[in-house]
Amino acid sequence: MSQDVTIFITDRNGVRHEVLAPTDMNMNIMELIRSYELAEEGTVGVCGGMAMCASCQCYVLNDVVSLERNPDEEAMLWEAYHVKDNSRLGCQIPITEDLEGLEIEIAPEQ
Amino acid sequence: MIQTDILIIGAGPTGLFAVFEAGLLQLKCHIIDALPQPGGQLAELYPKKPIFDIPGYPSVLAGDLVTNLMEQIKQFQPGFTLGETAETIEKLEDGTFIVTTNEGTKHQAKAVAIAGGLGTFEPRKPILKDIEFYEKEDRGVDYFVKDPEKYRGKNIVIAGGGDSALDWSIFLSNVANSVTLVHRRNEFRGALDSVEKVQELKNAGKIKLVTPAEVVGFNGSERITAVDIEVNGARMKAECDYFIPLFGLTPKLGPIANWGLEIEKNAIKVNNALDYQTNIDGIYAIGDVNIYPGKLKLILCGFHEATLMCQSVYNRINPGKRYVLKYTTVSGVDGFDGTRKEAEKAVVKSID
Repeated sequence: MSQDVTIFITDRNGVRHEVLAPTDMNMNIMELIRSYELAEEGTVGVCGGMAMCASCQCYVLNDVVSLERNPDEEAMLWEAYHVKDNSRLGCQIPITEDLEGLEIEIAPEQ
Repeated sequence: MIQTDILIIGAGPTGLFAVFEAGLLQLKCHIIDALPQPGGQLAELYPKKPIFDIPGYPSVLAGDLVTNLMEQIKQFQPGFTLGETAETIEKLEDGTFIVTTNEGTKHQAKAVAIAGGLGTFEPRKPILKDIEFYEKEDRGVDYFVKDPEKYRGKNIVIAGGGDSALDWSIFLSNVANSVTLVHRRNEFRGALDSVEKVQELKNAGKIKLVTPAEVVGFNGSERITAVDIEVNGARMKAECDYFIPLFGLTPKLGPIANWGLEIEKNAIKVNNALDYQTNIDGIYAIGDVNIYPGKLKLILCGFHEATLMCQSVYNRINPGKRYVLKYTTVSGVDGFDGTRKEAEKAVVKSID
């Protein structure tokens, strides 16, 4: 049985949530947000996780995860709105045991 | 007015397959879709990506699945109203519906099946001064290429760095007088063959590439005559007849949200115990657009929902009429176009 990790997510209304995320279900941060319904359904993960819509854009608030983006993610973020230096696409961050204590904020709707 | 049995809203995989199941029951279909081509998300968002969970296909490209569905439903001659959005619905006293699009096209149907997926795809628009003026009445800003012939002999500026910007630049380079492709970065993101083809056309002088750059303004009093482009901090002017920004699409439930349907979590509530009908008798919702306990947004679930919806519409249109489920292998498929598909008969022959 692998360990769950605790992740802190601030939603689009500014409310901070502490959630437990499984590390053995091949899930990513976008899916975690959807599974806890922290953003209105249909406003996050629109493309299903293909880095093609930026609806799951998050700001990374601590150094638990790298700010390095993969090429698909980088290309999508060139064309997205509200992009900051600490923007990542939630769908491109797989949930692993290294994410314990990660703190993120969901970016405004595109 | 367009008349049909089932009016399907949304030409994605679920809507297309509904035409087949309806056809087996002798019901005619007409499809409305906001995009200029059938296929929905599969055609618009990820035509060149594989899908691995269509039963019977270990792997199928989304674009190929759409092509196959179109081939599968061909003999049932569905009608299409493409590039228009279903805007209003009216239920008449005889139980039929009139659906009118944003362009005023009217459709009358005995039942309506909303297969709208994530909703209407609306273009993501660049934030530019006066763009609302130029996007109207053919003044030069287009967000879709509906009819490529419109651009024959014209000067076109396309903006964007994804597949649709690449693919339309390639296509229009053979039609237009000139094609200029503007992108914020030097790198493009698309299928490898598209990127390579644009490189080839650039080298051959058929596409002018301006990168890293952004269109920042318009010229022209009645319609566009040129756009201003900022390249590395410097300004240049590119004369053009059309500016086509292709920055992707965002789905919105759109006008359907005002039809009096029960909505939950941006989706339409349906009766999944029976026939995927909504709270309005005669209006169904199938595929990704609906919601019920345990809903999964999968293409294969959409196919199932479409099938049950068609049976329900049959009973609605033909109350009390006998019908038994038929297997296509046994009964064959009789098209509205007079064609017939059937299994080859086995031979009865002695073997010496």
